[in-house]
Amino acid sequence: MKNTLTIAKKELKSYIASPMAYIVACIFLALAGVFFSIFSPSTYLETSLSGFLSNISLVLLLLAAVLTMRLIAEERKLGTLELLLTAPVRDSELIMGKFLGSLGMLSIMLILTFYYPILLVIFGDPDIGPIITGYLGIFLLGCTCLSVGIFASTLSSNQIVSAVVAGGILFALWFIGQAATFLPEALGDIINYFSLSYYFPDFVTGIIDTRGIVYYLSITLLFLFLAIRSIENSRWS
Amino acid sequence: MGFLGPNAAGKTTTMRILTGFLAPTRGEAWVADYSLQNNSLEARQHIGYFAESVPLYTDMTVRTYLDFWAKLRGLDNDRIETRIDDVVDLCHLEEYVDVYIGKLSKGFRQRVGIAQAIIHEPEVLIMDEPTVGIDPIQVSMTRQIIKELGKDRTVLLSTHILPEVSMTCERVIIIHEGKIVAEDSIDNLSSLVGGSRRIRLEVKGPPDDVARSLRRIKGVSKVNLQGEYHIVEYPVNQDLRSKITETVVGGGWTLLSMEALTMSLEDVFLKLTTEEETER
Repeated sequence: MKNTLTIAKKELKSYIASPMAYIVACIFLALAGVFFSIFSPSTYLETSLSGFLSNISLVLLLLAAVLTMRLIAEERKLGTLELLLTAPVRDSELIMGKFLGSLGMLSIMLILTFYYPILLVIFGDPDIGPIITGYLGIFLLGCTCLSVGIFASTLSSNQIVSAVVAGGILFALWFIGQAATFLPEALGDIINYFSLSYYFPDFVTGIIDTRGIVYYLSITLLFLFLAIRSIENSRWS
Repeated sequence: MGFLGPNAAGKTTTMRILTGFLAPTRGEAWVADYSLQNNSLEARQHIGYFAESVPLYTDMTVRTYLDFWAKLRGLDNDRIETRIDDVVDLCHLEEYVDVYIGKLSKGFRQRVGIAQAIIHEPEVLIMDEPTVGIDPIQVSMTRQIIKELGKDRTVLLSTHILPEVSMTCERVIIIHEGKIVAEDSIDNLSSLVGGSRRIRLEVKGPPDDVARSLRRIKGVSKVNLQGEYHIVEYPVNQDLRSKITETVVGGGWTLLSMEALTMSLEDVFLKLTTEEETER
């Protein structure tokens, strides 16, 4: 546990010290601003964040892929992975540390978007419930995306490859739900259950569906587990 | 302990297995009484590792880098401070503790790598070619540090620079194509393969006469003429230098220079690694 926190802290520090994180955060916030101004008031019928939140989710997929691409790939390239794997640190502690570090960075970025709901509260009378559940949904989706990104990062020493693989997995999982409409109902339902985008609208409209929470958490754990196995695998090659 | 072998003999692989980075496909590795297969974390706790490629985080200062590794090695916070001061002192990094590693030159990075490996005072220190690619002054400094470290712990030093081994190590293991071909102290190894000491003399006087009287010294096994020099050979367990001097001066000639040729380990190495080939 202590090792996990040490690694998480180191990762968060190196995000904050690197220009890349600022560029990513900057673009994320700019897009968030665009979505807020385009989608929220377009109807002027309700003061809600639903348009903003459901569009920011797609950006989140890319953001997570970019944030996590260096986590293991860079260590492998620099050779520092050799030191990490020979230090008395469990593989699971290493992966969890990386995960928490990137989650910290993502949380900072999400917190920076809090001024949109604050604006709504100041100038309108929004329903607070869906905003909170919407952010919960974004956070859970973020966890899942980061874990996929970390898994992709363990696969190669090339950050670009990691980002592309992560993006590929995430978009496939996101849009797989679209295929459900062409398929027989039973099969379509199963595919929907695997889709990253299936449960998300519920959160935005203010519904906390435990299936959604369980889904996001279990996919997160699955990919973190795969990442640990992937690291373990590199000891045998 | 020196760990010698030609390129691709399996030095780095062996070290990676010993440090727990790679798992052995067969057999079991033990370090400091811990099995790397069953008690990997405990075993790793007792090992310091200097990897060949000197991996470092370039976006950290020397101090934060050492602090990070000390924490991962499970040192207490108050001990970390004193240990960082100690290793910085030992590796002569005082002026650079707050400099970003990315700005340091190769030699200093090498020393940061060594500092990282010893921050937790490991019982076993494993170093993979620690003096490759740095300037001669830094090389001798690094060797000095290694010698210092070897006083109270086991140092396993992999290298293909032979004089380095004779300078820093007491015992040597020579491997070739993944197999140990010799393991002994340096002196024993030399005599094992009929090693001898060789001295190069520069004498002012008729070369043939000089050679003849040198050959008469008891113990000398061979005298060769190489240009203006006489190469005198005798067994490692003797020291005939004073007798040689007496003989030259006694013959009425002048001794201009006398130099020990410490090629013995190289001879051993070559002999062992090539013998293997001819046997097969």
